[in-house]
Amino acid sequence: MAQDTRGLRGSGAQPQAEQTTRGPGHDQPSVVVRDLVRAYGDEPVLDHLDLDIAAGEFVAILGRSGSGKSTLLRALAGLDRDVPGSGTVTVPASVSVVFQDSRLLPWAKVLDNVVLGLAAATGLSRADAHRAGAAALAEVGLAGRERAWPGELSGGEQQRVSLARSLVRSPELLLADEPFGALDALTRTRMHGLLRDLLERHRPAVLMVTHDVDEAIVLADRVVVLDAGRIAAQERPADHRDQHALRTHLLAALGVEKSSSPTPEPQEVPA
Amino acid sequence: MSAAVTYAGPRSRTLGYGPRTSAAATDIRPAASTRLRLGRPFRGARMLGIGALAAIWVTGSATGLIDPRILPAPWTVVTTGIDLVSTGRLQENLAISLQRSALGLVFGVSIGVVLALLAGLSRLGDALIDGPIQVKRSIPNLALLPLLILWFGIGEDMKVITIAIGVFLPIYIHTHNGLRSIDARFVELSETVALSRAQFVRRVVLPGALPGFLLGLRFAVTGSMLALVVVEQVNATAGIGYMMELARTYGQTEIIFVGLVVYGVLGYTADAVVRLLQRRALSWRKTLED
Repeated sequence: MAQDTRGLRGSGAQPQAEQTTRGPGHDQPSVVVRDLVRAYGDEPVLDHLDLDIAAGEFVAILGRSGSGKSTLLRALAGLDRDVPGSGTVTVPASVSVVFQDSRLLPWAKVLDNVVLGLAAATGLSRADAHRAGAAALAEVGLAGRERAWPGELSGGEQQRVSLARSLVRSPELLLADEPFGALDALTRTRMHGLLRDLLERHRPAVLMVTHDVDEAIVLADRVVVLDAGRIAAQERPADHRDQHALRTHLLAALGVEKSSSPTPEPQEVPA
Repeated sequence: MSAAVTYAGPRSRTLGYGPRTSAAATDIRPAASTRLRLGRPFRGARMLGIGALAAIWVTGSATGLIDPRILPAPWTVVTTGIDLVSTGRLQENLAISLQRSALGLVFGVSIGVVLALLAGLSRLGDALIDGPIQVKRSIPNLALLPLLILWFGIGEDMKVITIAIGVFLPIYIHTHNGLRSIDARFVELSETVALSRAQFVRRVVLPGALPGFLLGLRFAVTGSMLALVVVEQVNATAGIGYMMELARTYGQTEIIFVGLVVYGVLGYTADAVVRLLQRRALSWRKTLED
């Protein structure tokens, strides 16, 4: 697996050194974050954060607004070049991002959105890229909508197109920034099922930022709670028989009192 | 629930629901709905004013109340138009006018687009181009006419250049604005799907700026008509404007009217063509507006 090292600034360790210290094991992590610091002004958003994600592992990041969860995702996506900081981030060569908004180009047909930049990035012919795009659309249940404009689709359908756009690139790492945050509860539940099916087949490592504790428990292999740029808690839902206790525990780590109901926090605005 | 109940109370009293006489209910409807409103729109409302004016024109001319030297009769304008077409004079002048405005549009649009792309896609281009154009913006186009006549003479060059200058500015301003206001979220997306710069420009920037360009084109067409009218009255030897100028010296008011009608039809047609173009090119937006 080709590795790509990003975000080198300040006194980060050399990624090559890291690779050699780990050695070639079959459980070599797909994502390695070491001593990651990101700061806007004086406020550190990520505070010497370490995180590994194994190949094929699904990690959900929970956190309050300003906990640094979106900043972490943007660092992994390589979208934070103008944010000062230090540390190393090692990610696979092929990374796909699913944004909270579907982020489809409104002037391009659905299929053209799915294959945006695909042919040039993968060396496929245009026809092959279009075939792969149509197959990806069929996978998310949108066969036959290739020639539709994004504006003609519902919010859930648009987000499915955006999933197809990500998966058609066969990513080794899928980054998702509150991908279902803008959807209604019913559509959200359906999307959870779809996402699980898709991941079953494509098996990328996943880092999903969410503010929904239940979504994290249902989908993720590991739930990581960020607070003030550090990892405040980590749990594997599979290790817990009592999901209700796990939920209460995670909510407590998020600073929500046991008695109060889990109200969705306001949307975090990435700077 | 409680709000709905209290609401239902007074409502049932005023509207006469339940055991009430029908007379009370019919009283309420007309009084409440039209007292402060304009009333219903009626068929052919737009044509009423135009029709009234035409009627005054026709009766005024027929009864001799309107001096034909001031305002020729409508039928005189029509027969003059037919005469001008049958002698070929109208087509000849129209062809010249169309050629001028078409050339001016082609040059003006090309220059406007090229400058907007240079300024919109590079910092250096922006620094070099945008300043002078903002200065030019504050000088009315037609104020340049004396200078353009000195530089380019009174021939076709000056006329086409004047029209092109009137055209390139709205094209530049709206296209540049379109290029600059492309959503930063799409820039981010383009980075995550690893678009090359050329692909980014082709797939994201240009289609994103197209609505701005087309808006500029509508202004440009109007601008080209305005410039056309002015340059055709400056030492022209052909064209609709020349035909009207000549008619003025001979006191042929009816020919001036034919010219006005031609300009009106030209302007309307040009705008309709651009609107059609807009609808075709921005069909992805139409679905949102429906």
